[in-house]
Amino acid sequence: MAQQTVVAERAALQVEPSWRARLRAITTPAFFIGPALLLILIFFFIPVILTILISLTDMSVATISDINFVGLKNYERIWRSRTTMKILKNTFIYVGFTLTLFNVGMALILSLITTHIPERVGTTFRTFWLLPRITPSVIYAIMWTWFTADAPYGIVNQFLSPFGITPKNWLNAQPWLVVIAANGFVGTSFGMIIFTSAIHAIPVDYLRAALVDGASTLQRIRYVILPMIRWPILFVVTYQTLSLLASFEYILLLTDGGPGFYTTEVWSLYAYHRALSNYFGNVQFGFGAALAAILVIIGVIASVVYLRVFRFSEMVAEPKIEVL
Amino acid sequence: MEVRLERLSKHFGSVVAVDDLTLHIKSGEFVALLGPSGCGKTTTLLMLAGIYRPTGGEIWFGDRLVNDVLPKDRNIGMVFQSYALYPHMTVFENITFPLKLKKVPKEVMREKAQRVADMMQIGHLMDRRPAQLSGGQQQRVALARALVKEPDILLFDEPLSNLDAKLRLTMRGEIKRLQHDLDITSIYVTHDQVEAMTMADRIAVLRDGRLQAFATPDELYNRPRNLFVAGFIGSPPMNFLNARLTAQNGQAIVEGNGFRITLPEDLGRKALSQAQREEVIYGIRPEHIRLDPDGEVEAEIYVIEPLGREDLLDCRLPDGTLLGVLVPSGHGVKIGEKVRLKFQLDHSQLFDPHTEQSLLWN
Repeated sequence: MAQQTVVAERAALQVEPSWRARLRAITTPAFFIGPALLLILIFFFIPVILTILISLTDMSVATISDINFVGLKNYERIWRSRTTMKILKNTFIYVGFTLTLFNVGMALILSLITTHIPERVGTTFRTFWLLPRITPSVIYAIMWTWFTADAPYGIVNQFLSPFGITPKNWLNAQPWLVVIAANGFVGTSFGMIIFTSAIHAIPVDYLRAALVDGASTLQRIRYVILPMIRWPILFVVTYQTLSLLASFEYILLLTDGGPGFYTTEVWSLYAYHRALSNYFGNVQFGFGAALAAILVIIGVIASVVYLRVFRFSEMVAEPKIEVL
Repeated sequence: MEVRLERLSKHFGSVVAVDDLTLHIKSGEFVALLGPSGCGKTTTLLMLAGIYRPTGGEIWFGDRLVNDVLPKDRNIGMVFQSYALYPHMTVFENITFPLKLKKVPKEVMREKAQRVADMMQIGHLMDRRPAQLSGGQQQRVALARALVKEPDILLFDEPLSNLDAKLRLTMRGEIKRLQHDLDITSIYVTHDQVEAMTMADRIAVLRDGRLQAFATPDELYNRPRNLFVAGFIGSPPMNFLNARLTAQNGQAIVEGNGFRITLPEDLGRKALSQAQREEVIYGIRPEHIRLDPDGEVEAEIYVIEPLGREDLLDCRLPDGTLLGVLVPSGHGVKIGEKVRLKFQLDHSQLFDPHTEQSLLWN
């Protein structure tokens, strides 16, 4: 309305908008978006460029005084390395299972259960589930190593031995199980909170209508609740994929990529080991940067695939603000 | 399907939403639950739907006690104020959703959906999504979804509130006709008394969770049993005047500040036999007062509200009480003018100011 009035007035007066008005049309949005843009530029865009630049050099502790441009040699090395496939496979196992079993799967199950039981019980339950989030990572990881430790210490063994299962160090016997569970139990709470609030935000008439239409609880979840929280599910899947791809602190603390030769070494941990914490002290910044750059590419590809699969564009509403 | 509510009540914590409600609804009847917001009408509807479990009392569908029956096993159709059409489904999928859940074969499903959609005149919209429909079309889809499973009972929760005035009128007529043709027992929640009066066979008036009256529109309008019903039904609302009721020479005289009237003989006899005390509340509807130089009440015109065919005059009595008077347009009076008003005495209502019960119709 206001816009139409303005247009009509201008037409009546036969004047062009002044340079001042035109400037304002640029400065106002810039003022609002500027700070965020600056942050993205400094903390995301520039580091990515730097990483890619470094990945094209042989920069390492040994060559720090004499850095040479080596082209795609680091990438070639990754391509030819026999460990690459192993690391890639590990990364898929880690991200795939943690994401599907815990960060999305368990989060959905927990949020659906806690929204179908009395409100107070559900809230209490979710609060408890948040505890690992506020525990420092190192303490949380150490608790898991004790939890899974060999007899006579580990609690897991104490629970399992009455069933005739031989006590063992579970972290060594089933490293993936422990790594995925330890990450998953923390990761679940994120999705749980998002999904719970999304379920609470569904207008109650839809839920009532579904019951009257003859849906059982499970049918209501399948046909009404899940389709209506598609967007939060997409968000959690995408966001958690990216953060799992980049995260390695629990693996570092629990197994440090072991036991044995790269058993639980994932891509980001591999990059960290190569670039920043090499056993031989010969940290290879260039090679590590190339590894990191590939991780960024994998992340971007994953996001694009998700956006396509979930038909992201259909879910975005038209902006409500037309003029500034 | 006959529906009986027996001493039904619903508490939310310490709040009593519905209190000791007994209603017997005949098979095929169209009943409106009418009352101001928070009176418990929607709570009652949700108990009928099986969404809420009653705190006390019984709900009977025919000879089946349904207190513990799940919504899906009650065979009810329901239309919501928000329509509650699933936004991710097309019109066809919305309409056939109840059938899909019942695992009705595809062919039968398509045939039934088309039939009910044609009846609601939305047969050409089957592939659209709810967001692409107008309010009226959404309403029709919601009705189609409620009707497609051939329900025993239809529940309406203020279904017309979100429509514009003209469409509301059209849909009002259509729902009434539809209900008449299909002969499905219907319970219709509304706060709009015009809607209730025009559509329902009988109206249950609720206030604070308690039943105030359950009667035909005609009875509610002409023979209200208590002050609340008298004031709630009718627009513009009934005028109430504080007065004294006395017997003089065998006649019933109602006397208040600035007016004195003699009740017709039959009303007077009833009132005198019922009255516990001299003080009464005298009620008369705006449409039962007219301007007349011989009128028994003197008043001053305070405000004139033109309504088109008629004008609503707010007339001020000497003691300051305002009296609504509905007169045909073209009366020629102006604000500030002194007029005399004549009451149509056979439409008088009398209430006990303490019990708020009618002295005429109990």
